[in-house]
Parts: sequence; structure tokens; C-alpha cells
Amino acid sequence: MIGMEPSSSSPEWKPTVSQEEQWILERQVFHIYQLFCNIPPKSQAVMLELQRDNHIEYLMKGLRHLGPSFSVLDANRPWICYWILHSIALLGESVDDALEHNAIHFISRCQDQHGGYGGGPGQMPHLATTYAAVNSLITLGGHRSLGSINRVKIYSFLRRMKHTSGGFSMHDGGEVDVRACYTAISVACALNILDEDLVQGVGDYILSCQTYEGGIAGEPGSEAHGGYTFCGLATMILVNEVNRLDLASLTDWLVFRQGVEGGFQGRTNKLVDGCYSFWQGGAAVLIQRLHAAAGEGHSSVRSNESFTSSEFSDDEELLEGTSSGMAEISPDVEEDAGRDSGIDHANSSSIPFNLTQRHIEAEPIFQSHALQQYILLCSQVEGGFRDKPGKNRDHYHTCYCLSGLAAAQYSWSKDADSPPLPRSVLGPYSNLLEPINPLCNIVLKQYNEARQFFSKPL
Amino acid sequence: MDSDEDDRIPLSQRPEWSDVTPVPQDDGPNPVVPISYSKEFAETMGYVRAVYLADERSHRALQLTAEAIHFNAGNYTVWQFRRLILEALNADLHDELEFVEHLASKNSKNYQLWHHRRWVAEKLGTEAAGRELEFTKKIFVNDAKNYHAWSHRQWVLQTLGGWEDELAYCDELLEDDIFNNSAWNQVSYAVKAILTKPENESSWRYLRGLYKNSMPSFVMDRRVSTVCLTVLTTKANCVFALSLLLDLLSNGFEPNQELKNAVEALLPESRDQDSDMAVTICSVLEIVDPMRVNYWRWRKKSLHSEVEEGVRNLRVH
Repeated sequence: MIGMEPSSSSPEWKPTVSQEEQWILERQVFHIYQLFCNIPPKSQAVMLELQRDNHIEYLMKGLRHLGPSFSVLDANRPWICYWILHSIALLGESVDDALEHNAIHFISRCQDQHGGYGGGPGQMPHLATTYAAVNSLITLGGHRSLGSINRVKIYSFLRRMKHTSGGFSMHDGGEVDVRACYTAISVACALNILDEDLVQGVGDYILSCQTYEGGIAGEPGSEAHGGYTFCGLATMILVNEVNRLDLASLTDWLVFRQGVEGGFQGRTNKLVDGCYSFWQGGAAVLIQRLHAAAGEGHSSVRSNESFTSSEFSDDEELLEGTSSGMAEISPDVEEDAGRDSGIDHANSSSIPFNLTQRHIEAEPIFQSHALQQYILLCSQVEGGFRDKPGKNRDHYHTCYCLSGLAAAQYSWSKDADSPPLPRSVLGPYSNLLEPINPLCNIVLKQYNEARQFFSKPL
Repeated sequence: MDSDEDDRIPLSQRPEWSDVTPVPQDDGPNPVVPISYSKEFAETMGYVRAVYLADERSHRALQLTAEAIHFNAGNYTVWQFRRLILEALNADLHDELEFVEHLASKNSKNYQLWHHRRWVAEKLGTEAAGRELEFTKKIFVNDAKNYHAWSHRQWVLQTLGGWEDELAYCDELLEDDIFNNSAWNQVSYAVKAILTKPENESSWRYLRGLYKNSMPSFVMDRRVSTVCLTVLTTKANCVFALSLLLDLLSNGFEPNQELKNAVEALLPESRDQDSDMAVTICSVLEIVDPMRVNYWRWRKKSLHSEVEEGVRNLRVH
């Protein structure tokens, strides 16, 4: 909540639960930031450093062994695989051959004979665990991993999950919501099995979930929520119907979800949480790239053929990055580009005017550095990441804090080939993570390999 | 059924289960993310797998699913199997409501629990409405923003009528007669909320949302601009008021001198005000709302086309 000072018009003012919780969190966060400000620059650099070795150790440990408290995730094991494997990939590492072999085999055992993956061997197939399993196998990459995916059976599973509302059920007899839509469509796109029968009605369903606030809810009538907003937005882009959403109000709601702490909250007047670094931050990156595509007057963007994921296209590459020559722009001009500083852009000999204009458009609409600061100083712990100070680390938050960090680091980039400028990365440049495809949240290199592998239609 | 682990008799020692051979989990050799299940957990799941594979929809199977759910309320396969058993046995679903309620306090954010509750309530029909609304209220005591509980509440009202009847009715009335005061009562509520707590973003968004499909009413309702003015003159918590005012201007609203003065007063002396009030507002927002400085710069840039479109829409009406 911003502007929390009590209004002078109320004589008997008592804080509400929301206000009190917010104050407590702000106290904790600003205590950390205060500490940070008061230490010498060398120590600051250390505080901002991504503790790669500690994170890898925590992640590898989880892959090999989990204690009894994880019994409550016994129906989510492909998720644990994805959270860990994706995090490792973001850190630019990979698992050894033996572990890779074991992972492929285990995930394959989660497959149902009629298609789709369940939460563990012998469990019913479920859209979320199917998404996690497929994403894990794509992240591992290579012929054995990708070849283990039975596209025909998965397609038939997705068709079975299709609901009359246009959305999807999570499992046979399961709940219908925007998550289900996203997991189904994302899997279909990644495996190149998206078709009219799967797409039909999804846009209508998601549209009905956009609320008066501007964000997207889990189901029609519910509250706008960061997780569902990402799912809804990504899905609409994937099925080529994003312009049907009220993007202006979605953007407005989204930017106001970034708190004074620097992190993102999931809903209006709730507390920030590290995982929304990806759900909200990632959504912001998607929106930005939509703006960029529109701003460049890319003619096919105006038509519905833009952002097709079912085939390689120039437009899709806009989401992954196209060459922009941003490296030519000098840091000084970047600083002043947005202000009335009196710099005569036309006369800055090394900077063509229109490139400067494009640079302004490439400024993230959210505060990328503030988000990175929250992630590194408040969510990062010695091995893994957490929701917020006071909470414990877990693999889910590790995955989404890292994914959000990657999204934030690349939020100025339109070009996946040229690395982000040093100023995009908070802390040492070695903090830079691998670039992702923000629609499916898979490391770009692995995603591209899978696209090649699955380029033949079913 | 949340007996202490000490009280639990192993299934292998229960005579009623003596005819069943538990089915072990088939993780294969060297699985990744292996969980060190407790003995009790592993045994329970072994027996569940046996009855599941045999598709045994009996009372003992029903009881067993309850035990499994207590160990892991996230096992959607077991919940689904439980529903099949309940149907096969034609069980009394009121008992089922009890079962869910018992689990709810420790599992209030569990998808499977809420989906199951919805399934039961739907089967029970309208008679369940009151109890369902009470149930959500109980959850709100400990967690006033529980997303699942709110969705469930919405679903109950939607499925059983009431909520949407009221809203749909107001819409109809306004379409028939825009001066209908009873229907505008909703607007009054939002306005009152804004004035008592101008720092609360929720009411501003609600107010804006009320007008989503009727831009001309938005622009012409003096109460909206009056709210903005009141808040701006206190000079505190201005961001939402300025943002709303910006939206008004983008839709062809013509501000009076009082409003212009109030906005001017917020601009630091070092800055010149622009003849276009919307531009001035953006400049103020860049200063008073630095987290979103890039967003306000982008809005300033987009103003021309926003206003054109807004005025076009006004003319169409």
C-alpha cells in the first residue's frame, strides 16, 4: 500500500490488519536496506552477490534426497524437479549424466498410459504436473530427454481436459481455472501440438477472468491475482488473442503491484512475496515486449499473426529478442534520455535519434533495479530463496525468485544475442543469469532446442 | 481422525485389512527427488494403491482415503477416488461437509480441499447455501483474504443467485434511467470509502471499475471529480486521486479552475506547469510516485493518442 499516512480528517484512527502487517514487513525490509546503506562499498558488493555455489548445493541436495516433511508434496514431484532443474539451468549449470539419466527415467515413470504426467508414479495425470514434467525434460534437453515425451498421448490428454467453458480441467474431475488454461496451452506450444480444438474458447474464458481492477483472476468473479494474471496473459499471447484483453488497465494494475520494498505483491493491499518477482515481473516483461512490438510499427503486429508460437516467425523472435544495436548507446545518454536535460539528441554524433527513441521505449515499465534489490537482499539466503524475511526458503521460491531475477536483468534487452549492459544487472555482472523464454519460463537455449526437435507437426 | 501417531494401529495389524496386499510405490531405481516417507505414510499409501488399482469402492476404502488425505491433503488422485466411492455408496454428504471442515483449518489454502467442498455443495444444492456462506466466514476470521474462500463464496452466490441478481438489476436500472439514485447508491459507497481512507487503493480501483463500460457517465459524474478535488486539496495520499484525474482527462473531462489550482499547488516551484493539465499531472506523479516514474513518463508520451481516443468515444455516445 502506498501513501499510508493517516488522513487528517479521521479523528479516531485505528490501523487495520492490512496496515499493521504492511508496517511490520516494511520495518523488517527497511532494516535490511538501512544495514546495506551503512556498510562500505566492498561489503555492499558482497551482500549483492548471487551466492551461486550455495544455491547449487541446496538444489542438488534436493534432487538427491528430501526429508519426511516433503510428504505433503508427494503429489507434486515433477514440480520439485522443475523448480530445481530450472533453477540450476538459470544459474548456467547442468546436472551430471547419471543424475540426468535418473531424472529422465523418474519423470517418465510419472507418465500415465493414456497420456499426461501425474504427481508421482501411479498417480492420475494432472495438467500442472504435466507442465512441470515437460518443462523439466526440455530443460534437461538432448535427444533422450526430448524423445521420452509422447506427444500423441499428451495431445489426447489435453483434449480430454478441455472444458465446455473453453477453459481446461486440471485433471479428470478436477477444478477449472486460468492455471489449467496456461499449463495446457504452454505444453501444447512447447511441443508444437497446439490446434484449433485446443484453442477454441480459451480466449473467451480468460477474458471473462479479467476483473474491473485490470488484473486477471483464477476464475470469473474472483479477485485479480498475480499468478493468474501471468497465466492469463501468457496464454492469450500464445493463442494470439492478447489484444482482446484490456491491456491498458492490466498494465496499470500491474505496475501498482510493485511495493516500496521493491518486490511485487500478488494482489492489491497484500504483502510483497519473492515469487511474484516472476509472476508479476514476468508479466511486466511480456507487456513491455508487446509495447515494443507495437511501437516499432511492426506491421504484422497489428494483425493476429503476431506472436504466433506454433511456427518460427519474426514476430516470435521479438519476444526472444531481435537485434537492436543497443550496445551502441552510451551510458550517459541512457541516463538522460527520459528527461528534459537539454541534450540535443540529434547532434550526439554517435547516437542516431531514432535509436534513442527506441531506447526510451525499451525502459522497463517497472523498477528493475528495485526488484533485483528485493530479491538479492531480502529473498536470497545462504542456499536458496524465500518469500520474505521471516519465512523459510523452499524450492518453489528459489525457482521463481531466480526466474524473476533473470526477467529483471533482461528487461532492457530486446536482443537475446547481445548480453545485457552492465547497468542492467544489480550487483556484480557475474550475477547475470541465463535468458529465458518468458512465456513458458524455460531457459532460452533449451527452449529453442526443443522447438527444433518438435518442429515436425504430429 | 487426527489421532496421535501413537494411537494408530498399523494397517497390517487390522483384521479388516488382512485380505489385502499393499502395493509398493514404483519409483524405479535411483529416482530423483525421493521423499523419505514415514513408515505410517508409506504403509497407508501402499494399501490405498491396492484398493485404487482394484477399484474397490467400499466403506473401508472410504475410510482409508480419509487417512491418506490426512497424511497428504494434496493427493488429488485420492480425493478423486474418494468422490467415486461417495457416489457408489450414495453416502450422506452432510458427513462429508464435516470431514472437509475438520481439515480446513490446517489446509485452508489447499486446492483439492476447496474443489471437493464445491463438489459436495453442488450435489447438496440450494439447501447448502447458508452453511457454505457461514463456512467461508469462519475461514475469514483467521484469514480475511483467503483467495479460495472468496472464490468459493462468489461461486455460492453465483450458483444460487443473489449477488449477480443485485448487480444485474442495478445495471438494468441505470440503462433505463441514468438518474436512478438507488442504483447510484453503489457509487456513493465507494465515494464514502475513499473519503474515509484515501490511502486505500481498493476503493479507487472499485470506483474506476464501476464505470468501466460507461465512460460518459464516468466523465460527467461530478462526484468523481469532487472526490479527486477533496483529496488533492489535503495534499496527502494524492497518487490515486491524480491517477483517476488523469483517466478523466484522457476521456474528455473538462476541469474547472478549482481543480487546476489544486494540481498546480502540487507542482514544485522549480517546475513549470504545462497548458495541458494532463501533462502537468504526469509531471507531478513522476515526482510523488517515483517507483512508477517510467510508467508515468510512458503515460505522458501516450497522452495524445489516449485523449484522441477518449474524445472520439465520447462523441460516439
